[in-house]
Amino acid sequence: MSSTFDVVSKVISETSEIPLEQITPESHAIDDLGIDSLDFLDIVFALDKKFGIKIPLESWTEEVNEGRASVDDYFVLKNLCARIDELVVAKNA
Amino acid sequence: MRLEYFDIIDSVDVFDLAARHVETSSTVPAESTVFEGHFPGYPVLPGVLLLEMMNHTSGYLLLGMHDFGKLPFFAGAKKVKIRNFVAPGMVLKSICDLVHDGSGFCITRNEIRVDGKLVADAELTMMVMDFPSTELPALVRERARQHGVALGLVT
Repeated sequence: MSSTFDVVSKVISETSEIPLEQITPESHAIDDLGIDSLDFLDIVFALDKKFGIKIPLESWTEEVNEGRASVDDYFVLKNLCARIDELVVAKNA
Repeated sequence: MRLEYFDIIDSVDVFDLAARHVETSSTVPAESTVFEGHFPGYPVLPGVLLLEMMNHTSGYLLLGMHDFGKLPFFAGAKKVKIRNFVAPGMVLKSICDLVHDGSGFCITRNEIRVDGKLVADAELTMMVMDFPSTELPALVRERARQHGVALGLVT
């Protein structure tokens, strides 16, 4: 069974044409991988479908803008994967 | 269809929010300054304006999904195919279905048909934002009424 990171990294690689080996759990989607906001929408679309969830981009953006979270909390891939795991657990609860 | 005013849609014919499905129609005008350049002596509706019609139809779907409380805008297009020339006088039917309802964005699947024949199709990424002015919501609602949207059913 693929880990969340395996799925996320594959989606990013396919969506943004970034070699899979360049993508690590420590990668920052913007600073390290150069993913722009529109590419990120494509990635979220694919992840929503893969995991059967709705990644709450609007509330994440609000939390960052209000200083309640840092950009790294969502854009460093290991953190993004942790958020996805939480959403999957919540969905299945 | 009044191309010079970007008033692309003549009417909203189907506004089925439960099914996440909207259909609009529009008649390509017999004359327009657009046709003076595209092309002299051979008027063809530019493909980007077919895309714009899909954008407006998708926009109505998103407006409805957000109770006319958010402004939709066009963020991207994929799988765009312009399959046939569209000439003055043709009646276009634009058909939009929701593919994905994301957080702050939607993906829609769109077709434009003439007499049932597919002339263009695309997948659009649409985003929503708060209305940038206090006047705009009322203007959008008024335009929707002019296009035949039964706003009483929306709220």
